[in-house]
Amino acid sequence: MRILFSILSFLLTAALCYVLDTKSVFKLPFGKFLSPQAGIWQNAESFYADFSDNLKFDQLIGKTNVYLDERLVPHVFAENETDAFFVQGYLHAKFRLWQMEFQTMYAAGRASEVVGDVALNHDREFRRLGLVYAAEKSLVEMENDPISKSACDAYTAGVNQYITSLTYSDLPLEYKLLGYQPEKWTNFKSALFLKYMAYDLTGNDKDFEMSDAKASFSKNDFDLLFPSKQDSLDPIIPKNTFFSFATIQPVAPAFADSIYFDFLKDTIAIPEVEMPDQFNGSNNWAVDSSKTKSKFPILCSDPHLKISNPSVWYEMQISTPSANVYGASFPGAPGIIIGFNDSCAFGFTNAGRDVKDYYEIKFKDNSKSEYWFNNKWVNTTRRIEKINIAGKSSIYDTVAYTIFGPVIYDASFSGKNNQVDKSYAVRWSAHDNSNEFKFFYLLNHAKNYSDFQQALPYLKSPGQNCVFACKNGDIALHVQGAFPAKWKGQGEFVMPGFDSSYMWQGMIPQSENPFQYNPVRGFVSSANQRPADSTYPYFIGSNYPLYRGLYLNRKLSSMKDITTTDMMKLQTSNYNVFAEMAIPILLKNIRVEVLNENEKNYYKKLENWGFEYDVNTTAASIFELTWSKLTDTIYNDEYASKPKNTARPYRSTLLDALLRDSSYKFIDNITTYNRETIEDLVTAAFKSASLEAVQLEKQNKLSWAKFKDTHVDHLLKLPGFGAEHLKIGGNENCLNATKSSHGPSWRMIVNLTPNTDAYGIYPGGQSGNPGSRFYDDGIETWAKGNYYNLWMMRAEEKNDSRVKWKMVFSKK
Amino acid sequence: MKFITSLILMALLSFSLCIFLPWWSIAIACFLVALCIPQKNWVSFISGFSSLFLLWYGLSFLMSFQNGHLLANRISTLILKQENSFLLVLITALIGGIVGGFAALSGSLIRKNFKHA
Repeated sequence: MRILFSILSFLLTAALCYVLDTKSVFKLPFGKFLSPQAGIWQNAESFYADFSDNLKFDQLIGKTNVYLDERLVPHVFAENETDAFFVQGYLHAKFRLWQMEFQTMYAAGRASEVVGDVALNHDREFRRLGLVYAAEKSLVEMENDPISKSACDAYTAGVNQYITSLTYSDLPLEYKLLGYQPEKWTNFKSALFLKYMAYDLTGNDKDFEMSDAKASFSKNDFDLLFPSKQDSLDPIIPKNTFFSFATIQPVAPAFADSIYFDFLKDTIAIPEVEMPDQFNGSNNWAVDSSKTKSKFPILCSDPHLKISNPSVWYEMQISTPSANVYGASFPGAPGIIIGFNDSCAFGFTNAGRDVKDYYEIKFKDNSKSEYWFNNKWVNTTRRIEKINIAGKSSIYDTVAYTIFGPVIYDASFSGKNNQVDKSYAVRWSAHDNSNEFKFFYLLNHAKNYSDFQQALPYLKSPGQNCVFACKNGDIALHVQGAFPAKWKGQGEFVMPGFDSSYMWQGMIPQSENPFQYNPVRGFVSSANQRPADSTYPYFIGSNYPLYRGLYLNRKLSSMKDITTTDMMKLQTSNYNVFAEMAIPILLKNIRVEVLNENEKNYYKKLENWGFEYDVNTTAASIFELTWSKLTDTIYNDEYASKPKNTARPYRSTLLDALLRDSSYKFIDNITTYNRETIEDLVTAAFKSASLEAVQLEKQNKLSWAKFKDTHVDHLLKLPGFGAEHLKIGGNENCLNATKSSHGPSWRMIVNLTPNTDAYGIYPGGQSGNPGSRFYDDGIETWAKGNYYNLWMMRAEEKNDSRVKWKMVFSKK
Repeated sequence: MKFITSLILMALLSFSLCIFLPWWSIAIACFLVALCIPQKNWVSFISGFSSLFLLWYGLSFLMSFQNGHLLANRISTLILKQENSFLLVLITALIGGIVGGFAALSGSLIRKNFKHA
């Protein structure tokens, strides 16, 4: 009996250990997970944590000192570049390893390995988009160049040195939570990360949605809904700039009018896939010495992205005998991406050009081994994608590659719901060879405008508006990237893929990309608007946000004796030109006599509003509600019979139309006998918005910040790991284009005085560890619109009170 | 006295083993101590339970305290659906205690088998 008890008790103890060490019973291995000496408590970083260290590694050539300041920003002083990139890799891994790896797994279509089959659609989409294929090509190009290869090799070695040193207890929290281990870093993963950024910034397209709009409306109506011209545009390169003739003259295919511009024909099924936000909202500008108080140029850059934590940015200074650079780096890639060195500063906004087109492919049979092209059957190359899924068996997906690119959608895959019955290949500029590592490397080393120009050709995808300013007084802005030269309308819709006539006919030569160098007006600027007006000799579409650009140029034209404080005010401005232009239309057309007390009260609020989207204003919420209801009543009747997800007009289209013509064709509700007027619709929209506003006011949710509700989520959207209900104003048409989960991912202002005077902030913190006080310490400061001083440290300042810890890297 | 001695020994041995071995080495520690120090079965269980409860409570509380309970608040929001760092520390201690207790009980029972044999 006693023996039986002994055995039972022993087995019970063993079973307890097993259950608490694995995910066999509970979702988490609670023993392993909560054990104080190995589990999550190890990630509870002490407020008194000491980051100083003395590290010796075989790969290092000389000695590198890293001074960590009070915000945990590393100031790296290396004796040579190889060591500098090694140390950068080590630091990225030390502070951001989980994020680096997860982002690249996400990019590679391997998210299911970590989070299970919830990510399967994502993984299939990314594989079929050819993101891995693109990164493979980029890797070859990067490794063919000795400079970028050596930078990436050293960086990768640094990351791996850190990974090798890890035990279970040192693992970042997310690995313990999800139960997996980091793999070795590779140059390929860095390439994947840059391709992910290319996806994020060029991945949005509406080709399918537009194809259905074309099939659903007459040409006249289509032109009214999607005009080729934006009335209010103030382009990046000012109007009336002279452009030389296009050296590439793309020719529209014969019969395009009947085959391609076939209005009111068959609609097609629209794939339902994730898309990066089209309106990220970045701004950048530089003013020359004639406009500043310091008599030196000032450069400002605030790239807007989806904001999540750990942030996409990691701030650091890298100082070597060949360059001294400070700025925001990408955990996952060597170098500084947006920042400044001892001579100049650089920043970016997204060019937003359409570099992703679709072709309908006709396969011979279901094997997808041959497709019809130029009057014969042509072989595809097939790539078998193996997708591993956490907790389940792997699945295989065969992707056929055509002359255009991979077949992204077909009967076997169309995203979530909508069944696609045809096959579509995607042509994406990110598939072409490029070496963006070299671009950033050269940019970091640039001493003057000519060096900047030398760097530019290496930036192919994603296309960017690159702003530059130099201490010698030069300012410039180049629209840079590999952009296809298209005939008018090419790639707006899904194109036929049966012959070569619809293919891209060449890339716009780099010298014919629009740019400005030391313009008379004393500033260069961009806010994602159309780069040039219709005198630019290439077709570049019309789908660009324009109101931020209008405000920015208006302010920059009038500002004088500019200081960095003025620039902070401008960069965080909540003024909305869209509201400024739209409010008079609303006020004029609301029939005041039919309003009740509440509505009159709201009407007064709109009347007295200065178009600022501040935290506490209620007018902004009332206006947004009214405008969205007005848009719905204007278009919903026409769209009622059209396929779901058919493209809708842009905000600017409706505003431009109403400014031009109060009898805009779509005002009339086609389902009624009456002929509605603009007054009818605006008054009804306002009354309906007011009704909603009253409800929101009762719940104390009408003030703009509450209405908009900005939050910074953890990358995995883990409850408790993000920052919620932030008190921040702004809107996509304000320079502070902060939306609910998008916003200024890095704000930077650089005054190019002899001792550079720079400011910056990002919504996050230097540590990726959710158990660190440095995880989100910047978010509140960022939301308030405040900045940190960016300290370009000099080696002799090592005893400065801002230096809190010192890491020394040297040869073993 | 034996109770206090085993309690301290179990804690010390658990802590030392966990420096090199996985967390479940606390079971080995409690088992071994109970095997060597004769106590009534239920007393062994209580000593193993109390020892590891106190050790894990103390360690996790100390780390959480030095962290301003930042991490514990996040993790408890995530897995317990409430911001309660105390509860997370308590659960940690209970897990340690239960494993320690049963390991010690096993040790005690097996020791008695040897004695009788």
